[in-house]
Amino acid sequence: MNWRRFFRRRSADAELLEEIESYVEEESAENMSRGMSAVEARRRAHIKFGNPATVRDAVWQQNTISFLDTIFRDIRYSSRTLLRAPGFSMMAIGVMALCIGASTSLFTIVRSVLLKPLPFRDPSRLVMVYERYRQNEFPIAYNAVSPGDYFEWRTETHGFADMAAWTPWGFNLSGEHAELPERVDAGGGTWNFFSLLGVEPAIGRAFTETEDHWGANVVVLTWELFERRFGGNPAILGKQIHLGSNPYTVIGVLPPTFSYPDVKVQLWVPYQSVTPPDFLHNHAYHQSRVIARLRPDVSRANAIAQVSNVQSRLHAEYPDQAVSEAAIPRTLAEDLASDVKKPLLLLICAVACMFLIGCLNVANLLVARGAARQKEVAMRGALGAQRWTLIRERLMESLLICSVGGVVGAALSIVATHWISITWKNLPSSRDIHVDGAVLSFACGLVFFTAILAGLLPAITSTGEPVLAALQSSSRTVGGSLSRAALRRTLLTVEIATTVVLLVASGLLLKNFLRLRTADLGCATDNVLTMSYSLPKQRYDTTDKVTGFHERLLDRLALVPGVQAVGLGESVPGKGEVEDDIFVIPEHPPVKPGDLLLDALVRRADPGYFRALQIPLLSGRFFLRQDADVEHRGNKAMINHAFAQRWFSGENPIGKHLKVPLWSDADYEIIGVVADTLHAVNAQPAPTMYFQQLEGSVLGGTLVVRTSGDPLQFSLPIQKQIATLDPELPVSDVLTMRQIVGESLGDLRLMAALVLAFALLSLILASVGLYGVLSYLTTQRTTELGIRIALGAQREQILRLILFDGLRPALFGLGLGLVLSVASARVVGSFLYGMTPLDAPVFGIVLVTLMTVAMMACVVPSWRASRLDPIQALRTD
Amino acid sequence: MVKRNQPDSEMLKGTLDMMILRTLVGGDAHGHTIAKLIERTSEDVLEVEQGSLYPALHRLEDRRWVSSFWGTSENNRKAKFYRLTAQGRKQLVRESNRWQRMTRAIGLVMGEEMAWSGGE
Repeated sequence: MNWRRFFRRRSADAELLEEIESYVEEESAENMSRGMSAVEARRRAHIKFGNPATVRDAVWQQNTISFLDTIFRDIRYSSRTLLRAPGFSMMAIGVMALCIGASTSLFTIVRSVLLKPLPFRDPSRLVMVYERYRQNEFPIAYNAVSPGDYFEWRTETHGFADMAAWTPWGFNLSGEHAELPERVDAGGGTWNFFSLLGVEPAIGRAFTETEDHWGANVVVLTWELFERRFGGNPAILGKQIHLGSNPYTVIGVLPPTFSYPDVKVQLWVPYQSVTPPDFLHNHAYHQSRVIARLRPDVSRANAIAQVSNVQSRLHAEYPDQAVSEAAIPRTLAEDLASDVKKPLLLLICAVACMFLIGCLNVANLLVARGAARQKEVAMRGALGAQRWTLIRERLMESLLICSVGGVVGAALSIVATHWISITWKNLPSSRDIHVDGAVLSFACGLVFFTAILAGLLPAITSTGEPVLAALQSSSRTVGGSLSRAALRRTLLTVEIATTVVLLVASGLLLKNFLRLRTADLGCATDNVLTMSYSLPKQRYDTTDKVTGFHERLLDRLALVPGVQAVGLGESVPGKGEVEDDIFVIPEHPPVKPGDLLLDALVRRADPGYFRALQIPLLSGRFFLRQDADVEHRGNKAMINHAFAQRWFSGENPIGKHLKVPLWSDADYEIIGVVADTLHAVNAQPAPTMYFQQLEGSVLGGTLVVRTSGDPLQFSLPIQKQIATLDPELPVSDVLTMRQIVGESLGDLRLMAALVLAFALLSLILASVGLYGVLSYLTTQRTTELGIRIALGAQREQILRLILFDGLRPALFGLGLGLVLSVASARVVGSFLYGMTPLDAPVFGIVLVTLMTVAMMACVVPSWRASRLDPIQALRTD
Repeated sequence: MVKRNQPDSEMLKGTLDMMILRTLVGGDAHGHTIAKLIERTSEDVLEVEQGSLYPALHRLEDRRWVSSFWGTSENNRKAKFYRLTAQGRKQLVRESNRWQRMTRAIGLVMGEEMAWSGGE
């Protein structure tokens, strides 16, 4: 076997021809020298050589690899048949391209998000440990850990090889030369954080134990920040950068693979440098994430039980604080992917449905073609073609369709994957999502799988007929291939049922999204601009300076033309970020030991905040500037309606007091009650306490500016005002309230859009399938219909006959699909907020849409059948 | 795959290959010369069929026992010449050893001088 020769057979043959020619020339020259005439000499030479075709044939055979030859012949044959029906081929290829492209994209994402191991040493042994409350005002399954608990766990338990903690933080990164200041997310990690993960800095070193203390000023950069902000120049090592006006020495740069917990966290500082010393042993200050490495000889359950024991003791020790009773683990991989696992699962289901529909459709088209070529196949069988050869040819056809579709699909998927990875904001490690060898081999596998799935059924059914029967049946035989029609109807029913499931799911998601988009947050969302800033403690070291800045800024902004109201708060509704604290109402009897402590969300607001956001006052009054005066420093509080209902039902909350043990034993007088707002579009109103934003110690805040026109137009004038007061202060998150709502819905919107796209494609595929089947059936029955018409059947009767013939599988499919949708409601139901998955309008719309589309697909062939000219119909073979 | 059932083909193929290799020991030659040489050397007992000569040449080239090149024949015509390679020379030694063993064995069985035929 010689591959090179196999592919050079044609040129080898040409060379052989020349060689033969040269032989004949030699021989005839010899003959002529013996005295023959030129013609005779040549004739003799030819006779002596014999038949050149035999020689060429022998050499050709010798150079041939027979199985490759068969494959090539099959490919040639199949591509010729496919080219003869370009409409069919294009459609089948298009269907396959979409199916393979969508599946490949999703596989790429699932692989990099869920399947690829994390870039840490032995990542399967890493677990996150959270605190868990047996019962709680806010149902958070995985609660952040307090520094006091973490240190107790680390010293008191021995089930883990080591434990590390980190806490989310943020800094103003000032420009060293002329760059603009910017706000960067950061992490504060304990000194053993990187060594526990098994991550070595690419340049320099990580923190040491002695550097992990309050006031430490060392920083480790991520590769991303190092490249982006410092031009990837290693000379930055040992130099100082300014974080919140404080100089920090750069001691290391993390490798490019490190993007934990996500790409937004750009630098790391020591844990204790961002945890004030008085909080270091606090057990109620829940802000840390704890990562632990399992010991090979201790089971996870055992290790966690030890931690839970310590936690249970701490809970008993601090009965009046928010200290949880137990600990709960989850693997690091699960922790990172927890937000996207469910949406990905939903998308996989949707793509699988679409894939199935695509395969069914191509199978259906192939069955139709098989029927049309039935006699040809039978003839070839009669002439001696083996059944396997015929099946192989049909499979080659579907393989060709799938291969071309696969190439187009792979190209589509590269584009689609890129688009999804930048659109889907919550996707972890989105930088690592790209098409690689594994993905391409997945696509290849998919192509073969699809080819066999879509090709085998038609191939087997179209070749299995007894030769004689197939040859005898002419299209004059009425109802010749009823069994084949039944097969096609079954395929169609399944196809339509799957489409219905997809349509219902996408309808529910879309309705859910639309409902949430117009959800009432309880505050103004039109023409409101928000932006955040945080004053550096270095320069704003007294309460007067801090409050002075906030107040001066608010006063200036109120004077900007077009600004209707200005407020300053810790956050705005819809932006999430729940902070809650334990509180006490001194006027009420103390909580009995063992009972649940009182807990509510904490928000801060300045006097203008509620007016700027148009949150109505229900009773009492708003904050006043003089409430925050030195002698009354921030001793006023406001509550929302839900709070009043929960803890002051039947009494007047105004004039009562609140106490937050975590802060101090100061009493806060309740001066007003405001209406409820939602901290996220898909949340319920939660009891909330508002405290004074301007009491002097709060450095950061979110500006709320209500404007008379397009709020984004005010973005620059407002930033200019800030720059006038403090040119080095960076501003972040410049967003309108509409954008905040949109962003919190981002994933939901993407989900709804993708599933809807899959559903619409499936609908198109199903209607094309329906149309194809009915057209084919009508053509098959031309003679029968001609006879009927000739015998006096009315056009309307014919129309009805064919229409019902087509609508029957549609109706069966619809019924089956609705039943399946009800069964699969639980999968979709977990994505819906405040609506049941058995939503009657959605089901109704799907029903009407599908029936309309089915009707449209059936009407054309039926109408054509009813217009048949009986003479023509009877004449056609 | 086409299978041809010619009882002697295997043996004949082997001997034709061997004879072609032997012929090429004398120097490079093209197809016509090779056929001529074999016929002449065998005193016109063996007639080389072109139908097997060219496939044989291609086969030998495929196994790298001969190499080929286009050159000019004695009569100034373009012709494809074949040349024995080092591998081909080794193969020729192996083949002719085998052949000699075989003819000797057959000779022993058949007896010398055809004494059994009655002796003329």
